[in-house]
Amino acid sequence: MNTGETVRNLRYLRGIQVSVGRTARLNPPYREAAYNRLMLIKQAPDIRSSEITPKSVYLRRREFIQASAAALVAAGMGTFADKVAAQGGLAKLPNVKKSPLSTTEAPSAYEHVTSYNNFYEFAPGAGDGPKNNSKNFKPRPWKIKIDGLVSKPGDYDIDEFIKPFALEERVYRLRCVEAWSFVIPWVGIPMADVIKRVEPTGQAQFVEFTTLHDTGRFPMQRTDLLEWPYIEGLRLDEAKHPLTLLAVGVYGEVLPAQNGAPIRLVVPWKYGFKGAKSLARIRFVDKQPLNTWQKMARNEYGFYANVNPMVDHPRWTQSRERRLPSFVANRRTEMFNGYADQVQSLYAGMDLRKNY
Amino acid sequence: MKPLTVAKILVFAAACIPAAALAYRFYRYLYAGDFNALTANPGDYITDQTGTWTIAFVTITLCVTPLRRLTGWNQAIKFRRMLGLFAFFYVSLHLSTWVVFVHFFDVGFMIEDVVKRPFITVGMAGFLILFVLAITSNRFSLRKLGRKWQSLHRLVYVAAICGVVHFWWLVKADITLPRRWAVAVALLLGFRLWWTLRPRLLARKPDLA
Repeated sequence: MNTGETVRNLRYLRGIQVSVGRTARLNPPYREAAYNRLMLIKQAPDIRSSEITPKSVYLRRREFIQASAAALVAAGMGTFADKVAAQGGLAKLPNVKKSPLSTTEAPSAYEHVTSYNNFYEFAPGAGDGPKNNSKNFKPRPWKIKIDGLVSKPGDYDIDEFIKPFALEERVYRLRCVEAWSFVIPWVGIPMADVIKRVEPTGQAQFVEFTTLHDTGRFPMQRTDLLEWPYIEGLRLDEAKHPLTLLAVGVYGEVLPAQNGAPIRLVVPWKYGFKGAKSLARIRFVDKQPLNTWQKMARNEYGFYANVNPMVDHPRWTQSRERRLPSFVANRRTEMFNGYADQVQSLYAGMDLRKNY
Repeated sequence: MKPLTVAKILVFAAACIPAAALAYRFYRYLYAGDFNALTANPGDYITDQTGTWTIAFVTITLCVTPLRRLTGWNQAIKFRRMLGLFAFFYVSLHLSTWVVFVHFFDVGFMIEDVVKRPFITVGMAGFLILFVLAITSNRFSLRKLGRKWQSLHRLVYVAAICGVVHFWWLVKADITLPRRWAVAVALLLGFRLWWTLRPRLLARKPDLA
């Protein structure tokens, strides 16, 4: 018996709803037909468009099997669906406008997005360490400095800084360099709006984002786990891109500490580590900033860090990803994390193998 | 029951605790609606847990001989095979997580992983050693291999080093845990070296005086 058959039979035994990619769903009475459709054996005559498997999915049998397995192993997932909307009980953000730049994919569970984090200022490695070690974190008072090559530099109280801008909800895919992904409804300010307001001078070519350096608030900054403070950078045109966001919330509420309170960078077509958290400073510069992970391991993490399935991390493949909470890789990673149409022109003529 | 039998049963039960804890989390995840019981990344969580317990049991097994030498409690050897087999049990679970959760039986991906990625290569070497030691851990092999059996089973030292290197090479930044295991394994292997060289070192002492 081949693997595909095994998976199918096990699935039948358990009567599990399988969801592949975005739309395909197998409902118990139609399992056989739907399976055949997925496997491209024969087309059933009456298919709602929502049931049609995207071409990209059914052409890749391997991934179908993986996706089935994800559903198979996570047999209990159906009962978790109602928890997706559960919130953290933090302050709600008012007057949030929906954005056409959002994906229509279902957001990941709040509980997962806020308990599986990489935030080395609180704890090393991905997991619930940042959540557990940030229970006493206070995101106020908070200052943010805008300086460097701008005509309107300034030191702001965080609330004063945010006030002039309209908040938008942006549901983005987040692809971690560790080959897992979430779908997160961020609330934030388009970085382009901030840039317009502070007026970078003609010499400004890059933007440097710095996390607050405060050993009282961030316990791990007392160790030499990373070089502190955490620094990230973007080219000015990347920073100005309509997708680039300064997030102040998730799921309609203010950011929890472990997700980068009170304000963080979100660049959805790049690996998650580009999204510097708990920002204290945004500096406009004429030289490419040396970002922290590049400093730590130059052969593993570059400046650009665009999501790229063609360029593997030395220790794992980037061609696939786990859309958590899947047990297995259930998605093929897309170029620029699926935002290629919007951003690939930024990199025209560049060798993305070299500029990883 | 003889005290040794009782002790063996207790050790066996204790060695099952990590696996039982994992099974309990699985149960909570599947049937008790605790959808965070295995974290948001269950594949990685289970891989990390089984990997850690593999290194732990290899290290515990390496403690048996030093314990005997230092305390003279020779009965300790009666636990060695069981502890070693538990190391093999956990490494088998660990390897299975790689086969199922990381590659989902895709042989092409697995071969690529072993060839291209040094931390997987050493991990696999460690597994193969533990596999050979496990299948030759019975009395029949012991008799059949004679003197060669002990030389073969000294490969567990290599397996321990493979495990530590595998762990060290896979972490991103925080080497606290792999360093701890490295120190433990280095001490246990160092003890053996010292014990072997001791007669010569002691014999030379008068010259130095």
